[in-house]
Amino acid sequence: MSTKNQTASFGAKLGRLARDNSVPIMFILICAVCIPLAGFSGGYLLNEIITRMGRNTFLILSLLIPIMAGMGLNFGMTLGAMAGEIALILTADWQIWGIPGVVLSMILSIPLSVGLGLLCGKILNMAKGREMVTSYIVSYFINGVYQLVVLYMMGSIIPIAHSSIKLPRGYGIRNTVSLLNMRQCIDNLWAIRVGGVKIPVLTFLIIALLCLVILWFRKTKLGQDMRAVGQDMNVARDAGVDVERTRIISIVISTVLAGFGMILYLQNMGNISTYSSHSQIGMFCIAALLVGGASVDKASIGNVFLGVSLFHLMFIVAPAAGAKITGDSMIGEYFRVFVSYGVITVALVMYETKKRRAKASLGRQLELEQKGADK
Amino acid sequence: MSENVWTSKSLSDRLRGAVASFGLPRLIIAGFLLLLFIMAPFVGVNFFTQITNTLNRFSWNAVMVLAMVPMVHSGCGLNFGLPLGIVSGLLGATMSIEFGFTGAMSFVMAIVLATPFAVVLGLGYGWLLNRIKGGEMMIATYVGFSAVAFMCILWLLLPFKSPNMVWGLAGKGLRTTISLEGYYDKVLANFLQVRIGDLVIPGGTILFFALLAFAMWAFLHTKTGTAMTAVGSNPTFARASGINIDKIRILSVVMSTWLAAVGILVYQQGFGFVQLYMAPFYMALPAVSAILIGGATVNKASITNVVIGTFLFQGIVTMTPTVMNSMIHMDMSEVIRIIVSNGMILYALTRKSEAIR
Repeated sequence: MSTKNQTASFGAKLGRLARDNSVPIMFILICAVCIPLAGFSGGYLLNEIITRMGRNTFLILSLLIPIMAGMGLNFGMTLGAMAGEIALILTADWQIWGIPGVVLSMILSIPLSVGLGLLCGKILNMAKGREMVTSYIVSYFINGVYQLVVLYMMGSIIPIAHSSIKLPRGYGIRNTVSLLNMRQCIDNLWAIRVGGVKIPVLTFLIIALLCLVILWFRKTKLGQDMRAVGQDMNVARDAGVDVERTRIISIVISTVLAGFGMILYLQNMGNISTYSSHSQIGMFCIAALLVGGASVDKASIGNVFLGVSLFHLMFIVAPAAGAKITGDSMIGEYFRVFVSYGVITVALVMYETKKRRAKASLGRQLELEQKGADK
Repeated sequence: MSENVWTSKSLSDRLRGAVASFGLPRLIIAGFLLLLFIMAPFVGVNFFTQITNTLNRFSWNAVMVLAMVPMVHSGCGLNFGLPLGIVSGLLGATMSIEFGFTGAMSFVMAIVLATPFAVVLGLGYGWLLNRIKGGEMMIATYVGFSAVAFMCILWLLLPFKSPNMVWGLAGKGLRTTISLEGYYDKVLANFLQVRIGDLVIPGGTILFFALLAFAMWAFLHTKTGTAMTAVGSNPTFARASGINIDKIRILSVVMSTWLAAVGILVYQQGFGFVQLYMAPFYMALPAVSAILIGGATVNKASITNVVIGTFLFQGIVTMTPTVMNSMIHMDMSEVIRIIVSNGMILYALTRKSEAIR
C-alpha cells in the first residue's frame, strides 16, 4: 500500500517536474531535431553560443529584480537600452574610444536610465495589476520620445560634431553609428582561446560579478522588502514597507542594469542600428529568460544561463535547418520569430492559469474549513 | 456678492468637471487637430483636399476600430489581439483572388471566405481568454504577434498559384504586397461617391461602416447585447441573473475577430493593396488608441467613441505631415503619431477607477 502510494507520488512528482519545466524540455527537443539537420560543427556552435552568452546575459539579468518585486516581466527594460544607446552615440561623437569610451558611456547612461526608470516606475504604480501590458506600452511611448530626441534634437539642439554620424540634412543621427574603435574592446581584453573557441574572460567576469551582486542584494533589507512586496503588497504595507518606493527602486535598478547591458551588447556588435537595436531587445531577452524555465513570478540566475544558451542555440540552427527542410531560408527565419513570440505567449498563459488554479484551490480549502467548523 | 462668488466657483468647478470627464489628453488632441485645420489654409494647404484625405482614411480604418467595441463591452479589455482577425481577413482576401473572383464579387467572396477562419480562430481565442481572466490584454498582444509570425510561414508554404500574387521568379510563396487592381480596389469608395468641388466623400465605404455600426448598436440593445454589457460591468451580478459569462465572452471575441477581418478588407479596398507578412503586426495599436481618443475606457465604449476617435486619430495622422511640412519643412508626423497613440493608451491604462476590476 505504502509502496504503491510512493510510486504514485513519484510519478506525480515526475509529472510535475515535466510540467514545471515544459518550456525548456520543448526547446531541448527542438534543438535536438534541428542541430543534425543544420549540420554545423560542434566547435562552431560552441563558439557562437559563448559569443552570444557574453553579449546577452547581462541584459537578461536586468530582468530578475522586477520579477522579485512581483512586477512581472519588465518590458520597460527597452528604456534602459535606449539610454545606453544615447550615451554611446554621445561618446562616439566625442571620439572617446576603447575601454574608456565604454566606461564613460556607462556613467553617462546612469542619469538617463535613472530618470526613465523613475518615470516608468511611477506609471507602473498607477497601473497595479496590469504592470506588464503597461510597461510594454511605456516602451513604445518612450521609443517615440527617443526618436524625437535622436532624429530631430541631436545636431540641432544637442551638439553633434561629426558628420559621420549625422544625417546629411544637418540634424538627426544616421541609421547606423559605427563603433569600430570600440568593437569588442572588453571581449578581447584577457580573451583566451581554448581549441578555437574564444572565451571573453573579462565579459564573463563582469557577468559573474553582477550575479554575485544580485545574490547579495536578495539578502539586503531592500531585497527582502522587494520579496515581501512581491509576495503580497498589502501584507508588506502593513509590515511597514513603503510599497510604492520599493517598486520604483526595483524598476530603476532594472533600467540602469539594462542600460549597462545594452552598452556591453553593442560593444560586442560593433555598431548601433540607431532606430531598431532596442526595439526587439526586450522581446528577445524575455523570451530567452522564459525558455530557461523562468515564469512571470519566479526567475533565478540558473534560468538566465540555461535560457540564453538554449534560445540562442535555436536561433543559430533554426534558419539553417529550415532551409534544409524546405529549401527556403526565410522559413527558418520566420520560425524563430514565431517561436520567440509563442514561448512568451505560452509562459504568460501558464502563469495566469496557475494563478487562477491557486485561487480556486484556496477557495476550496476555505470551504472545507468552514464545513469542518460547522460540524 | 457672496452669491456671485458661489456661482463663479461652481462654474469653474463645473468647467473643471467637464474637462475631467472629457479627459485632458483628449482635449489636447482635439485642440491640436483644430489648430491644424485652422492653420492649413494659411500655410498654403488646400483645406478641402485635407478634409477629403481625412474622410478617406476615416473610412478605411473605422471598421477595425469598431472591432474593439464588443470585447470592451464584455470586459475582455482592449483587443490587442486584433492581428488574429486581420490574419483571417488576409486569408479571405488571398483565397478570393486565388479562386478567380474579380471586381465587386471578389470583395463579397473575401468576406465570405474570411468568415469561417474568423469564427474558428475567434472561438479558440475566446476559449483561451476565458482561461486567463484578468490577464487578457498582455496575452492578447502576444497571441496576435504569434499568429502573425505563424502566418508568415504559411504565406510561404500555402499552395497559392495565382500569378498576380506569387513571386514571379520562384512561382510560389506570396508577395509582400499584392495589388488589388482588377479585384476589389476602391469598390466601396467609388460606389456612391459624392463630389463637391475639391471635397470627395467615399460614400459607399462610409455607408458600409454605418451599416455595421448600426448593426452593432442594435445588437447591443438586444437581450444578448445587454447581457454582454452586464458581463463587462458587473460579472457577479451577471452570474447571479443566470447569464453564462464564458459563452457571452466567447461571443464577443468572435464578433471582434470577425469585425477585424472585415475591417482589414475595407482597409485594403481603400488602400488598393493587400499587405502580408509582418504588415499586420502593429495594426492593433492605432485601432486601440483611436477608440481611446474617442472617449472609450478600458471597460466602456460606444459607437460614438468609435466615430469621434477614428476621425480625430486619422485627422492627426493625415494633417500633421502636410501642415508641418509646409510650415517648418520637417516631417515629424511619424514621431507625433507614436507619442500620441501610445500616450493615449498609457493614459487609459493608468486611470485609477479602472485599475481595480
